[in-house]
Amino acid sequence: MNWIFQNELVIIAFTAIIYFGAQKLQKKTGIVVLNPILITIAIIIPFLIVFHIDYEVYNKGGKYIEFFLKPAVVALGVPLYQQLEKIKKQALHIIISQLIGCLVGIVSVVLIAKMMGASKEIIFSLAPKSVTTPIAIEVSKTIGGIAPLTASVVIVVGIFGAIFGYGIMKLTKVKNPIAQSLSMGNAAHAVGTSKSMEISPNFGAMSSIGLIINGIFTAILSPYILKLMGHWITF
Amino acid sequence: MIRQCAIIFGCLAIGELIVHFTSINLPSSIIGMLLLTLLLKLEWIKLEWIKGIADFLVNALPFFFVPAGVAVMLYYDLIFASFWEILVASFGSTIIVLVVTGWTHQHLRVRTKKNRSKREKLIAR
Repeated sequence: MNWIFQNELVIIAFTAIIYFGAQKLQKKTGIVVLNPILITIAIIIPFLIVFHIDYEVYNKGGKYIEFFLKPAVVALGVPLYQQLEKIKKQALHIIISQLIGCLVGIVSVVLIAKMMGASKEIIFSLAPKSVTTPIAIEVSKTIGGIAPLTASVVIVVGIFGAIFGYGIMKLTKVKNPIAQSLSMGNAAHAVGTSKSMEISPNFGAMSSIGLIINGIFTAILSPYILKLMGHWITF
Repeated sequence: MIRQCAIIFGCLAIGELIVHFTSINLPSSIIGMLLLTLLLKLEWIKLEWIKGIADFLVNALPFFFVPAGVAVMLYYDLIFASFWEILVASFGSTIIVLVVTGWTHQHLRVRTKKNRSKREKLIAR
């Protein structure tokens, strides 16, 4: 089995086929927990372990898939451009609420993790947990977290937000649809946005603004926020 | 197709250069994204030049991250050692973010509306 996986094209095809199947499965069942990324990872990891294939071997093909992360983030400039008019109309409200969402997101996760006694590496890996994965991975690398850990936490957070987000906001009386969809994008990035997209394209558009703006804020601010927090807490 | 690649990778390359020369604390991809938005806004790049590849990349974005997720197997011990810290901190913080962001935006909207109607009343007087 191991020798087949020495070929990087086999690895790429294998990953794409599993992802495609997972995507189909979610579309058919409509169950949010069956997130394609989560399922693909949950199939590949046990597979590699069972057949004694090292991650380094898998990554020979994996690195070609990962290569596209950066161009894909650049491509997010297109939806951002398309939402520009909408953003302008309520620019101040959006920016202030996103900024507060960003600050609260980083500070709260750091404080809770610290209180529970997590190590420095873990805390830094959790800090960018609210933003879309490629941005979170980059941020995590910049501030000294463990990028793969960040990646998995981000996905779990996104799925959690997509499943429970609107329910939580109903309970806490966040009633305004724009406020709901913006904070969904802020807290649960792309996965939350896909949930909003299911409700209506308008919800989806607002959520994507939340995900993009919080991504930018988190990328810019998180090193400084952590440095500031470092004055009061020893990580 | 080649033009589309040239634009995307061009923006990314400029982002890399900016990061390299300014030691700015931003991922090169984010700079590239903002640059692309700016170029579209300035109409130096037309939307239809880039639409095809951008739609593909944005739609496939979650897929590109699968290898990074698989890499979690390398950090097995670390995750299991801090399982509860990770779980409680990330879920707890997500709830806080949802509520606080929502409240803030809602509050700001209500205030602006109130101010506006106050102003209108004053003018009416």
